[in-house]
Formats: sequence, structure tokens, C-alpha cells
Amino acid sequence: MAEIFELGIADIRSGVASGDFTAKEVAETFIDRVSAAKSLNAVLVETPDHALAAAEATDKAKAAGETLGKMAGVPIGMKDLFCTEGVATTAGSLILDGFTPQYESTVSANLFKAGAGMLGKLNMDQFAMGSSNETSAFGNVISPWRRNDGGNTDLAPGGSSGGSAAVVSGRICPAATGTDTGGSIRQPAAFVGITGFKPTYGRCSRWGTIAFASSLDQAGPMAHDVRDCAIMLESMAGFDPKDSTSLDLPVPEWEASLKSDLTGKRIGIPKEYRVDNMPPEIDALWQQGIEWLKDAGAKIVEVSLPHTKYALPAYYIIAPAEASSNLARYDGVRYGMRDLPDGAGLQDMYAATRESGFGPEVKRRIMIGTYVLSAGYYDAYYTQAQKVRTLISQDFDKAWESCDLLLTPTAPSAAFGLGEKSDDPLAMYLNDVFTVPSSLAGLPAISVPAGLDRQGLPLGLQIIGRALDEQGVFNAGLALEERASFVAKPEQWW
Amino acid sequence: MSVDKETVKKIASLSRIAVTEAEADALVPELNNILGWVEQLGEVDCSKVEPMTAVIPNKLRLRDDVVSDGYVRDKVLANAPAAEHGFFGVPKVIE
Repeated sequence: MAEIFELGIADIRSGVASGDFTAKEVAETFIDRVSAAKSLNAVLVETPDHALAAAEATDKAKAAGETLGKMAGVPIGMKDLFCTEGVATTAGSLILDGFTPQYESTVSANLFKAGAGMLGKLNMDQFAMGSSNETSAFGNVISPWRRNDGGNTDLAPGGSSGGSAAVVSGRICPAATGTDTGGSIRQPAAFVGITGFKPTYGRCSRWGTIAFASSLDQAGPMAHDVRDCAIMLESMAGFDPKDSTSLDLPVPEWEASLKSDLTGKRIGIPKEYRVDNMPPEIDALWQQGIEWLKDAGAKIVEVSLPHTKYALPAYYIIAPAEASSNLARYDGVRYGMRDLPDGAGLQDMYAATRESGFGPEVKRRIMIGTYVLSAGYYDAYYTQAQKVRTLISQDFDKAWESCDLLLTPTAPSAAFGLGEKSDDPLAMYLNDVFTVPSSLAGLPAISVPAGLDRQGLPLGLQIIGRALDEQGVFNAGLALEERASFVAKPEQWW
Repeated sequence: MSVDKETVKKIASLSRIAVTEAEADALVPELNNILGWVEQLGEVDCSKVEPMTAVIPNKLRLRDDVVSDGYVRDKVLANAPAAEHGFFGVPKVIE
């Protein structure tokens, strides 16, 4: 049998339920994995006591013959964007240094209610702003992957959920939470060869999740495979009266309905996603994905999403605009750090606190957001971007007339080296070219690991579905997964 | 349109972020690059398009109109850099 640390959610849950091992043994295994992986800098705060307490509760419930929750016995990593009661939460920023939430985010509370324990809080791009985990105030996360050139260049795990990506791919946690604003679950999942799912906007409550761009942010699972993502999302999602954008709908049984036979499904291939300078390997993988889905019974159709090229610029107006407003709350008054120079007044305190608390990328986005929302520019930038967003959403609506799901690459390249792109914000933004349009439209999407490039690094394929069609996305993801048979793992060097 | 150093300082002040002269200099080309790039949105004819307000159709729910102080004052203040007498403390605002 495989070692416990190699198991994902479904296998751990069934092993605990059948008595092959106890939840406590599982928790101890992963607690050790976490503390042995410090050189990856993926975990900001270790919470072994939390994982052990949840495990003991599961073992006790099993001994008493009680029905176990969907995540019973599974310890997970928690992206540091989720407020966790009594455990420091920083969103990767110094401005929240010392902040200990007095409440539990709905998503983490739901997961704990389902029996999950928490191994630790995971490093991330500061306020989820970044695609490489180089904007965290607590240092870069290092991907467990290495290029096959014999060198040991440190690679980016992707972002912003880079800590989550690193711990799942390194088998340091069996699964982790992520959040996706413009691709922050899918792009890192693709970079490290794991599966990541962003649900329909509104499926997961945003309450207690530190806000970046409120009309885009959605939590989702990052795990070994499609089944694990389905199990975990069932536990995370659900109506929450505390979030006014939460959808008042029942959570379907996605896991029980998983089916990789795609007979009768039409898969759209958006022609605008063939971007310039894309590595031929990604194009070839995309073609391979088409063959795999045909093999699963699907019919392939070409579709057009004519406003695709405007998605990124629209995103880089809308997201900073919302961020500049959301991040106004960090003022040195109510929580986090305060910088009060001698003799300073209130306004000086705000400016000094925000100057020393926010990192350069966060400041850049707050200032862009402030600019596009300021008098004289509001209509030219912000209103125009919201109109383009309508057109992007309508492109998808039109595509759904001729297809049920879309297949695209997840990212335009494999993982790059740390530092290779950090000098050029625009080059970094282009990493999200395939994930941002579906985010702007609020649609569910998955990234499934599908192959390796010539450097031996993972590449992902993305499936996008109609709003609320998580099942369709999971099923097509499963069809890809079964055919890709992706088994590559990073060799343990840390 | 092009952002100059004075504009950067004005945006920084509106954003309540202190910037040094050197930082303001560095931000001029950075912001211009990004703004120059997003200006391609101007090419799109949106004269007949409504701006998006909700990405997924959803009815806004209102909370019950009930007065409450939340009953969690101490929790609200627990993370304050300076809390005194049940309030947030700030530097003197009025002379």
C-alpha cells in the first residue's frame, strides 16, 4: 500500500473509515511532512494542535459509530487569505502583522464542520496580487519541482495560491484551500501538476475571506485529482446569509455524480486562445486534449470569443479598482500594524502605515485603482471596463449556444524561475491570459495536469463551463485526467 | 493620456500612501506602462452596452432592520493597535 503521505482526500477518508489507519496517524504523518518542508517557505504558521484535535474528534466519532463527515480525518492546508479564529492571518502582508481573527471564515468553518483539520496557514502573494508568489512579505514560496537540466534553479509555484500549490504537489498536505480572482487557483495548479477548481462566483461564501476584488474572488479546492476537488468543494460551498453575493442554492453531490463519459457533450475550442509566442508544446497538448475528449465521446466545435484580447486590460482596471476600495480598511486604526511618526496627525499616520505595510505590487494596484476611479477618469476607464466585461460575458453566452464546455490551456507557459519575470509587471500579468476571461464572467473552471514540457515541468489543461455547471466541468476534467494518466511528482530535495 | 510626477503624488495622496521623491519618479513609467496598455479598451465600441453590475444574476438580500451593537465590542477591539476605554485610539484630530 502507498504511504499515508502519498494519499489524497478520498483515500484518506476511506482508510480512516475502514480502520486501515487512524485519523491521528494521518495527522501526525502530515504534521511531520509540514515541519520537514520549511525550505519551501510554503507554510507561514504551523497549526499541529488544530490538526490533532480534529483527528481525535474523528477517531472518537468513528469509535462511537457516528456518521463521519465528508472530510473526516483529512488534514488540510489553509491559504492565509482565510480568517481562522485564534490563528494569525496576514494575507501575505506586513500590514496585517500581528492580526489574530476573532472569527472563522465561512469556508474554513464549513471544512472543519465536515471533519477536516488544519495543518497550517499557507504563504501566498500579498493580498492575492501576483502570479508567482514573489509578492509575499514573508519571502517567496519555492516550487517543489525542478527542471530536468540537472540544475537547481528555484521555480515559481505560480500564484497567488502558491503555498497551496507547493504543499499539495510536494505531498506535504493532502489538499489545500485556494482562492481565485483572475486565475489564482488554476495557474498555480497547472505549474505544479495538481488539480485546482474555481467554482461559479457565489458558490463559496466570501465571508471572512480577506477581500481583494469582491466581484471576482472565489474560494476553491486544490487537490491531487478531480474526485478530491469534488469532495472538498462540496464541503466548502453553500449558501451563507453573511455574504450578500452568496447564491441561495443547494450544493449538488458532485462526487457521487462524477462520470467521464462525455457522449452527447459538445466541447468548444475558442479560436482566440491561440496566442502569439505560445510554446509549441502547449499547442500540442491542447490538440492532445481535443483527442482525449473526442475519445470520451464528446463532439468538438470551434467557437469564437471575440473580446478575449480585452479581458486582461479590463481585469487590470476592475480588480485594482475594487482592491483600492477594499484595502482602504487598512489604516492603522482597527487592526494590524500602525506607523505613527513623531508628531504625526491622523492623515500622516494613514499614509505612513500604508507606506510601510503594503508591498510594491499592492501599492501599485491601489494607485492604479485610485486613478481609474478618480474624478475625470471614472467613465473613460472604469465604466468602459465594466461595459467590456458585459461583452466578454455575452461572448460566453453566445458560445454556449453551440457548445456545453470549453477546452483551453491553463497558462501560456510552464513554471518560470523565481526572479525571471518579477521586473516587468505587464509580462507577469500576461500569465493569466487564459484564466481571466472566465473569472470576469463568473464561470466555473478547472485545471487538470495533462503533461510535461521538455524541461520536465507540468502543463495543465483548463475546462470552463456554464454558470452553475460544476458537474459538467468536473466530468470533462475527469475524462482528461483518465486519459492523461499524469503521475509525475517532484522528487523530494527539500 | 500620460501620468506625470505631480499626478503620481496626487494619486498617492488620494490613496493615503506616503511616497518619497524617488518612489514617485519610479512610479511614473510603471503606471504609464500599465495605463497605456489598458487604454486599448477604448477601441471597443460600447455605445450600446450596459456596464456589468452583477456577474451572476442574484437578488440583493437586505438585512433585517434591527438595531444592534453586535455585542462583540471586545472582539472588535482585540486587534486594535491602540484601544482605550472601549474605543479605537487615534492621534489627536482637533486642536
